[in-house]
Amino acid sequence: MSTPLYSIPGAPVVAGAEATPAPAAAPAPEASAPRTVGEVLAETQAGRVLEELDRSLVGLAPVKGRIRDIAALLVIDKLRVSLGLRAESPSLHMCFTGNPGTGKTTVALRMAEILHRLGYVRKGHLVAVTRDDLVGQYIGHTAPKTREVLKKAMGGVLFIDEAYYLYRPENERDYGQEAIEILLQVMENQRDDLVVILAGYHDRMETFFRSNPGMRSRIAHHIDFPDYAPEDLLCIAERMLEQQHYRFGSGARAAFEEYLALRIRQPQFANARSVRNALDRARLRQASRLFAERDRALGADDLTTLSVADIRGSRVFAAAATAPL
Amino acid sequence: MMTNPTGRLTQGQFSFLPDLTDAEIALQVEYGLKRGYAWSVEYTDDPHPRNTYWEMYGMPMFDLKDAAGVLAELAECRKTFPDHYIRLMAFDSTRGVESVAMSFIVNRPKGEPGFGLARQEVNGRTLRYTVHSYATERPERERYRR
Ligand SMILES: Nc1ncnc2c1ncn2[C@@H]1O[C@H](COP(=O)(O)OP(=O)(O)O)[C@@H](O)[C@H]1O
Ligand SMILES: [Mg+2]
Repeated sequence: MSTPLYSIPGAPVVAGAEATPAPAAAPAPEASAPRTVGEVLAETQAGRVLEELDRSLVGLAPVKGRIRDIAALLVIDKLRVSLGLRAESPSLHMCFTGNPGTGKTTVALRMAEILHRLGYVRKGHLVAVTRDDLVGQYIGHTAPKTREVLKKAMGGVLFIDEAYYLYRPENERDYGQEAIEILLQVMENQRDDLVVILAGYHDRMETFFRSNPGMRSRIAHHIDFPDYAPEDLLCIAERMLEQQHYRFGSGARAAFEEYLALRIRQPQFANARSVRNALDRARLRQASRLFAERDRALGADDLTTLSVADIRGSRVFAAAATAPL
Repeated sequence: MMTNPTGRLTQGQFSFLPDLTDAEIALQVEYGLKRGYAWSVEYTDDPHPRNTYWEMYGMPMFDLKDAAGVLAELAECRKTFPDHYIRLMAFDSTRGVESVAMSFIVNRPKGEPGFGLARQEVNGRTLRYTVHSYATERPERERYRR
């Protein structure tokens, strides 16, 4: 039989097709296959992402430990594959539980990058959705909606925030169930194409899994995000300010510490997110303070420093002064 | 005269080549995605060359990052219309381009009877020619049934 004269990229190599000799420069796969954990980490640059995760996120020791464990599993799996020890590709769907602002979304982004570096997802992007993005309004609306989201997430990570809202036991004809079934199917059959991460409050997630055992059985890794200690929150605040080229003026750090102590006890406290919001409001107060001084020349120091007054202007202090403790 | 020597419809890219494998299709899709095209799946059982607009199978897929999404859609379409022509089209939405940049057939019926040339005599000895698809002699959905 004559060999074809055309060649399309990706065409399977026909045995004995000398017409298209393999480029001599291409090394044999065995020669470059990594043999040590260090080699895998260096070659894939996953080590760098792990270090970055350690460095840039405050606290979260248990979470970082779990992510290291998962990364270790994947690296060892890679080494096994390079020795020809094939195993079924590991299930990587995860569940992140914890209160708001504990860093679930942030860690999911890093996770996507680690999985990408190690070659477990092809593109490494993160598609973050909630119930409204998956579930439709009328019959026949849900399946195409869910499929569209899944298609966008392929090659990366699908992050479903507050996943338990997909299941509404009070309404047995709720369209959420349809979305769950499509998700389950794709999570099972297209493991190589995408990784699903569910996120939400711990207890509600538990309830959700109890009524959806199929979902629980497909999720290999459950990671719990603890609330931050006040020291961590203070440290997070300083990091955030640094990134935005601000800093605490003298006494402002102590004032913020006091602020945190009061804020933590209030309802709707959302960990690092509350810190970010508090700092945003402090910046607002700093701006209006400087704005009022029309004729003063403002130096870099003035523009970057949050004063005690900027922190103490918060409603939280006023409320604490009037409310009996 | 043989009007259909290969017994295959030749429209769009790659249509003179043997059918692309899914791996080859995926590479073409990746290429388009890298250039920012939006892929869509279309099908028909009326492949007349003047039938420019085929039926859309779902919406065009914007914001995809990976070929797997397009191939999943194609698999669905093949399941629904195994005996239809199916093609993938890549839309380039760049301002000023705004048109189809790639298009190729990814599914064919088992037998492709092709087209006949019909002659109509008008005004004395004048002839009008038109192309007629044999398949369309049968009703929709039954055209390529074995
Ligand atoms: N450990 C941390 N170190 C620094 N910043 C953090 C940390 N955890 C959370 N943040 C910040 O807090 C905000 C909320 O985090 P996010 O990941 O959205 O929380 P969740 O998804 O759990 O509600 C983000 O702006 C993020 O940058
Ligand atoms: Mg979040």
